[in-house]
Amino acid sequence: MAHGNAHDSKHEPHPLVGHLVPMWILFAVGGALLVLTAITVAVRYIDVGEFNMVIALGVAVIKATLVALFFMHLKWDRPFNLLTFVGSMAFVILMMVFCMMDTAQYRPTQFVGNPPEVEATLQANAPGAPVARFTPYSP
Amino acid sequence: MTTIDASRPIDLASRPDNYLTHTRGFLSWALTLDHKRIGLMYMVAVLVSFFVGGVFALLVRTELLTPGQTIPGVTADVYNQFFTLHGAIMVFLVIIPSIPAALGNFVLPIMLGAKDVAFPKLNLGSFYLWLVGAAFTLVSLAMGGFDTGWTFYTPYSTTTTTGGVIPVLFGVFILGFSSIFTGMNFVVTVHKLRPPGMTWFRMPLFLWAIYATAIIQVLATPVLAITLMLVVVERTINIGIFDPSMGGDPVLFQHFFWFYSHPAVYIMILPAMGIISELISVHAHRHIFGYKFIALSSIAIAIFSFLVWGHHMFTSGQSPLMNTLFSLISFSVAIPSAVKVFNWLTTLYKGNISLTTPMWYALSFLVLFTIGGLTGIHLATLNTDVHLHDTYFVVAHFHYVMMGSALIGMIGGLHHWWPKMTGKMYSEKLGTAACIIIFIGFNVTFFTQFYLGAKGMPRRYYDYLPEYQTYHVISTIGSYIMASGFFLTAYCLLSSLFGGRKAAANPWGGGSLEWQCSSPPPHDNFAVQPSVGDCYDFRSLRWDEATQGYVIDPALAAEAARNPLH
Amino acid sequence: MSTLHTSHASAHDAHGHDAHGHGDHAKYPFLQHHFESPAHQFDSAKLGMWLFLATEVLFFGGLFVAYAVLRSRFPEVFSYASHYLDTLMGGVNTCVLILSSLTMALAVRFAQTNRRKAMVWCLVLTFMGAVGFMVIKYFEYTHKIHEHLVWGKTFYVPPQDAAGAEEAKVISTAPAPAPVALTVANPATPAVAPIAATPPVEASAIKAAAAAPGGLASVRQQAKAEGLPVAANDPAFAHPSMHLADPTMPANTHLFFAIYYCMTGLHGIHVLAGMVMLAWLIWRGARGDFSSDYFTPVDVGGLYWHIVDLVWIFLFPLFYLIH
Repeated sequence: MAHGNAHDSKHEPHPLVGHLVPMWILFAVGGALLVLTAITVAVRYIDVGEFNMVIALGVAVIKATLVALFFMHLKWDRPFNLLTFVGSMAFVILMMVFCMMDTAQYRPTQFVGNPPEVEATLQANAPGAPVARFTPYSP
Repeated sequence: MTTIDASRPIDLASRPDNYLTHTRGFLSWALTLDHKRIGLMYMVAVLVSFFVGGVFALLVRTELLTPGQTIPGVTADVYNQFFTLHGAIMVFLVIIPSIPAALGNFVLPIMLGAKDVAFPKLNLGSFYLWLVGAAFTLVSLAMGGFDTGWTFYTPYSTTTTTGGVIPVLFGVFILGFSSIFTGMNFVVTVHKLRPPGMTWFRMPLFLWAIYATAIIQVLATPVLAITLMLVVVERTINIGIFDPSMGGDPVLFQHFFWFYSHPAVYIMILPAMGIISELISVHAHRHIFGYKFIALSSIAIAIFSFLVWGHHMFTSGQSPLMNTLFSLISFSVAIPSAVKVFNWLTTLYKGNISLTTPMWYALSFLVLFTIGGLTGIHLATLNTDVHLHDTYFVVAHFHYVMMGSALIGMIGGLHHWWPKMTGKMYSEKLGTAACIIIFIGFNVTFFTQFYLGAKGMPRRYYDYLPEYQTYHVISTIGSYIMASGFFLTAYCLLSSLFGGRKAAANPWGGGSLEWQCSSPPPHDNFAVQPSVGDCYDFRSLRWDEATQGYVIDPALAAEAARNPLH
Repeated sequence: MSTLHTSHASAHDAHGHDAHGHGDHAKYPFLQHHFESPAHQFDSAKLGMWLFLATEVLFFGGLFVAYAVLRSRFPEVFSYASHYLDTLMGGVNTCVLILSSLTMALAVRFAQTNRRKAMVWCLVLTFMGAVGFMVIKYFEYTHKIHEHLVWGKTFYVPPQDAAGAEEAKVISTAPAPAPVALTVANPATPAVAPIAATPPVEASAIKAAAAAPGGLASVRQQAKAEGLPVAANDPAFAHPSMHLADPTMPANTHLFFAIYYCMTGLHGIHVLAGMVMLAWLIWRGARGDFSSDYFTPVDVGGLYWHIVDLVWIFLFPLFYLIH
């Protein structure tokens, strides 16, 4: 394991284990995160249609990468730790993709509303009864 | 016990101090950091839970002797509680922790030649979490029990008025964390505490199995935790996420639940497969065949297990696309398991088989796991599953794999490492007889249920048509036979504690490191990490009549070193 | 038996306990007996923590999956309801957490370089950041809870406050409306038309009634039946919740708030747990337990704190930045 960094080792004690992150990197990453947050808040007020979500999540991914690599040391750490972290997210994505595929697939079978006579009977016998209504799926 | 002194057999008389006698008193056990003691405590706890779960099973089977009410006082609602408790106790309190936490805790560090697991305090913490989880289950019983089935399907679990649902959900949540911390501990131990010379492909296969299990425990169990918390939240403040009248989706619960619970069944079976690798090679005195294939198939099973959860949901309204996908992948997950079975069979071929009790359990495993695994293929096939889902066919299938394979593997391992853990030998006659009785009883109980299910008897049903009664009676008689087999096993093992012969360090002729320390092991396992070679190379061992165990013969060892097998 | 590697054995003996093994253990009191060296112990601790963080990712991951499924089914609900969240407050909260992450990373660095006072100050600043986050959260939550922008059926109950109490009393004592007379529509009429043709006020009345606590009696239907005004800007309904008065509110909007409170609530619980952890680190740090030799708890605690920040970095755009 690397012990410290040539830039900062003037009079600082080296840690016995692990790696010393240079101070300027920490402040630079902190600053970048704040700037990215400001950007992403600003973009929220601009309408670019579909891209709003892409930009918002994309910036979030960049911020997360900065935090993981620099604040959490992954850049200088053992690769297995990075694998653990990224691997866990891969399983979340797996679950998300399969579940979303499933709900997307059976959306056309979800009913949009009752026929009028059924609706009338429903309202007559149970006025204001909750009825789940889904928007029809359109690709 | 320091470096290997091959010239003289282990002299037990001069080493009375072992992990059992090292310190005395209740606190020395309650606050112990010794993995061996923790493993032993887990084993006792798990076996007690097995007894309780077994009592519920016998109540279920007895109630099913006749259609309608059989036992006075057992109504349909009470019956629902019986099978729910049987399932929840067996799954969460017995099978999931049994091999990793009880046997694994004891054996893993010694097999690695290490002094302890990576995080001993966390290990003790896992045990206490198990106790708290079990306590919550007892509390839920006192508060009215729960009758949702161990699967807690919505909308019933979110709307039922039975009082014990929330406590047991918290209990299982806590048990989940016990499992997670054990998994974390084992992954780090296998990565960081291997001795010099023990590369990944020099590890005993039991450790590969435990490692793959630990990966699943770490990745899958948190999803169970969040699922159960969502049900608790749904029950208490009614957020509506699983409630169709509020726009929610009950099938979403099933996705969440099975995303954990399918990998969970591999948490149950993988360690048992690891034990079988050990049992077969040691008791047949033959190098395991296809080591790398068995090792890598454990990892393959661990990864594949996350891709097949939908096969529990074929008839729940899951879309046809996902049904097809899950069915296809479920077929492929059978392949690594089959690879293992073929390798074990090949190991037995032309081996010098000793028909010891552990070997009998290993042979039982081979038969029962093959049946269980193949019937899984029936259920993975979409069109047959439409007829077999929620019938006794499913019940029979999972009992063959969970009980006939995982539990049998655990008991076989218990018999294999019993001399190491307790320093006593049990009666081979009693042990073998018990194994055979269990095997017969098990098949009578559960093979009948394949017929029951194929003929249409639904599972979890209190009442049934008279045409099924004969099969139910046969199945129940089988369960009584099986129960007596388990009582005989208990007698066999417990009586060995009082009258059993003193065990040698290596009574079976094993090659992994745990056989190099005394039985029972000393407090510190090893003062210096021993170096390792091929743990399935038994050529340097010879039987020593004096200690009734195997010792390393230096001449044989030198000969073996000159002609390495790999 | 294992084929003896005698050369290995003797080499190990030569390094032996005293030169390497026991020596290290005597020199470093924090070194546990089953680890060979401080680097060995540190590496293992980090790996253990990363595995725990993997479980945290999967724990929150389940809720992210629920979010994804709900949003894919009800996109209009999410784009409508996110307007009720204050983006600025959320942005400030994000900056607070980022700064607390920075001070945490600095604390680790100061621990590594033996600067005890600076480390403790940075930990205290991190703790203050956490407190600030929870305070802002508290204001957000209380405002919403007051407006009944909450989960479940409560979402559809108009909030009772001093001005609304009088109306509520009148409404609750009104008799239940008579059942509507059955009229069977022409079967040839397409099913969608009558529903689409319903005027907005009617639609909102039904929606508002959709999950009223009494279950079936609609607050507004009763009010209408009694001739009381139901218009959104009517002074008689001086403090209606914005959402209940809005005819464009989509059905099932309560689901947004359900998942919002679940996710931010779970995150908040983790922040509180982090505060406990930070307090423990501050106490130990002030005591002088950490140095450039041994700073593992600070490092590992820092990893936990960064994950808490990371989860919020994803929560923020998913709830506050939906356009």
